[in-house]
Amino acid sequence: MIYADNAATTKMSQTAIDTMVSVMQEDWGNPSSLYTRGQSAKEVLEDARAKVAGVIGAEPREILFTSGGSEADNQAILSAAALGRKAGKMHIISSAFEHHAVLHTLEKLRKEGFDITLMDVHENGLVVPSEVEAAIRDDTCLVTIMYANNEIGTIQPIREIGAICRRKNVLFHTDAVQAITHVPVNVVDDNIDMLSSSAHKFHGPKGVGFLYARKGIRLSNLIEGGAQESGKRAGTENVPGIAAMAAALVEAYAAMPANAAHLTKMRDRLIEGLAQIPHSALNGDAVQRLPGNVNFCFEGIEGESLLLLLDDKGIQASSGSACTSGSLDPSHVLLAIGRVHDVAHGSLRLSLGEDITEEQVDEMIRSVKEVVEYLRGFSPIWRDLMSGKKEFIL
Amino acid sequence: MALYSDKVMDHFRNPRNVGVIEDANGIGEVGNAKCGDIMKMYLKIEDDVVQDVKFETFGCGSAIASSSMATELIKGKPVSEVKQLTNQAVAEALDGLPAYKMHCSVLAEEAIQAALEDYQKRTGKTV
Repeated sequence: MIYADNAATTKMSQTAIDTMVSVMQEDWGNPSSLYTRGQSAKEVLEDARAKVAGVIGAEPREILFTSGGSEADNQAILSAAALGRKAGKMHIISSAFEHHAVLHTLEKLRKEGFDITLMDVHENGLVVPSEVEAAIRDDTCLVTIMYANNEIGTIQPIREIGAICRRKNVLFHTDAVQAITHVPVNVVDDNIDMLSSSAHKFHGPKGVGFLYARKGIRLSNLIEGGAQESGKRAGTENVPGIAAMAAALVEAYAAMPANAAHLTKMRDRLIEGLAQIPHSALNGDAVQRLPGNVNFCFEGIEGESLLLLLDDKGIQASSGSACTSGSLDPSHVLLAIGRVHDVAHGSLRLSLGEDITEEQVDEMIRSVKEVVEYLRGFSPIWRDLMSGKKEFIL
Repeated sequence: MALYSDKVMDHFRNPRNVGVIEDANGIGEVGNAKCGDIMKMYLKIEDDVVQDVKFETFGCGSAIASSSMATELIKGKPVSEVKQLTNQAVAEALDGLPAYKMHCSVLAEEAIQAALEDYQKRTGKTV
């Protein structure tokens, strides 16, 4: 069995599980309570906050715990929009291939009167800083660009974009859900004002994440109620989840240099192997890319059938085909980098875990080759392509 | 619960009647690559009976399974009966399809009707 869908979620690390269980057993008090049991839970919470802050170069009070990346994205964007509205600035810049947690929030704001500019991500899946600079206007209140794309793994020039935003005095948010623990992220060096992250992408539990907001940025509440999280996020804190997230983050961050080196090697081997399949193409830049991300389009086949047959061979992966999303359109990410519908339906994402071996990579190459060849064998499109009735795109 | 019934998975993993009939006298192709599904049906009709049927499909698991099941339902059947085949019959024979995959069974029905029309056009026979 090869689990190659780590961009969807990761298996919890033993450290995270142990931490979670220990907090549930020992520190189960309410952090808002005054007595000792409550205060020990509070200590666990604040210790986790300090750890998370330490990893990304922030101050503990700049970390707000949330239910995950989507909530953090929503809160960051809606907070910047509220500040913008107050100042009469109602223009937001983002990119065409953001996560839906960002895109759908921006769509909501568009309906409320905001003007949204989505930057082109070009064929290689990269935002160009000078184009962001040119798009910034006097009424721009926020630039939100993801750190690394969740489907094609391209790493954006965050530091440069952040520097431009600083200079232009515009708030800069980044959805770093896919980047944290895979590339060194530092909110100070990278000129980041707000950042979203999610624990289950780095071997922590599901349902917990955090928002970094530079001190001085006034956040709006998504959830009203008690005074938890400095009054910015009501509800009794998910203490076991938060502690497990912090433990997973510290562990994964320490292992990052070794993991990244290994994953990059495995990734490039996999890319090289899959590129040998005729009429295929790597999606996204080959270099500015997450260490474990491989994403290909194969002409003449459809992604869901590819996934199901790979699953039969013990390989778990994902695809940007329409059939895997329940909509008629293939992935907006693949369309944003200029893949036409015909080939976007035939996409495959393999996101590797740190324990991947060379043998497993070779097995994946063999299996994908077999399945693609098999499906092409009775694909009417492939027949038309091979007979010259239709022209190859890839 | 699994995404698909055992029957869908069986027809997807072991599709029946896959391929091409070189001397087919009715060929129907429906769907388009933009939507991610194309089905092509080849019929060999003799004495008003579907003597042989083969298919080629570009599409998801349920599209392949629907094509496969549809060919089984019409093979050896008189044309008059084949003409009555509905997408519901295909979906039911597969022990159901998820709601958003019902269009796959519609494509199977349409591909067969298109192949019958092609047969009429080629032979001048009314079916």
